[in-house]
Amino acid sequence: MNAHDENRIKQLLKQSLPPVESNAEPERDLWPAVLRRLDADPPRHSVPWFDWALIGGLAVFAVSFPATIPVFLYYM
Amino acid sequence: MPDVSSGVPDSVLHRFRQGDLDAFEALFREHQRPVYGWILRIVRNAAAAEDLTVETFWRIHRAHDRFQPEYPFGPWARRIATRAAFDWLRAQRPEVELTAQIADTLPSASAGNPGIAAEIRSKTALAFGRLPPSLSATAILAVVEEQPHKEIAAALGITVGAVKLRVFRALRLLRKDLEKQGIMP
Repeated sequence: MNAHDENRIKQLLKQSLPPVESNAEPERDLWPAVLRRLDADPPRHSVPWFDWALIGGLAVFAVSFPATIPVFLYYM
Repeated sequence: MPDVSSGVPDSVLHRFRQGDLDAFEALFREHQRPVYGWILRIVRNAAAAEDLTVETFWRIHRAHDRFQPEYPFGPWARRIATRAAFDWLRAQRPEVELTAQIADTLPSASAGNPGIAAEIRSKTALAFGRLPPSLSATAILAVVEEQPHKEIAAALGITVGAVKLRVFRALRLLRKDLEKQGIMP
């Protein structure tokens, strides 16, 4: 696709999907909806995935090498 | 870097990070409109843009402890808004397309060119709606909305070069699709 074709496609796209006006704003105040959303689904303090990966890795290690469990317990 | 682009004092940003709801509301009031406008440019559906603005601020509140007050709030909010808009686009397809009918309901800066047949405009909009969301959203922001490549790159978490590549791929795919329909742009 050369530069000429590219410009023609761009023009066609602009005419087919006109730009949104720059001062577009919601038709209603969205703050009450945000508050309702916060009430319905409060923030979760979930455990990050790498913590789960670490726990899983330790579990596999402990099963594979049970003799190391007392050593771990000693250092905890 | 302080948030010089908004009128929100630094203390509000710090209080927001600690989970203060009043600070969150102050940031919401300041950034609601630009966030809504950005989402509207991507999804091109006013009702969906309102819902996604709510979703975005919910995600922002959920991530308050990861916000770094030394960086500006606006670009961070825009990144979260972009991800929410992309999630929506992926979930909607192929049920919702960027049809001319939807485009007609938007608060547009300019009407379509009457010189181009309505059928061609409609087919172009439909073909554009069939592009992968990552390509169509990038192209619409760069070509139609004429947003700076740097801002698009920051919002998408990619480089300026990647933005240009996505635009090029989107236009090439659009051209092929139109050619299949017998439209020679």
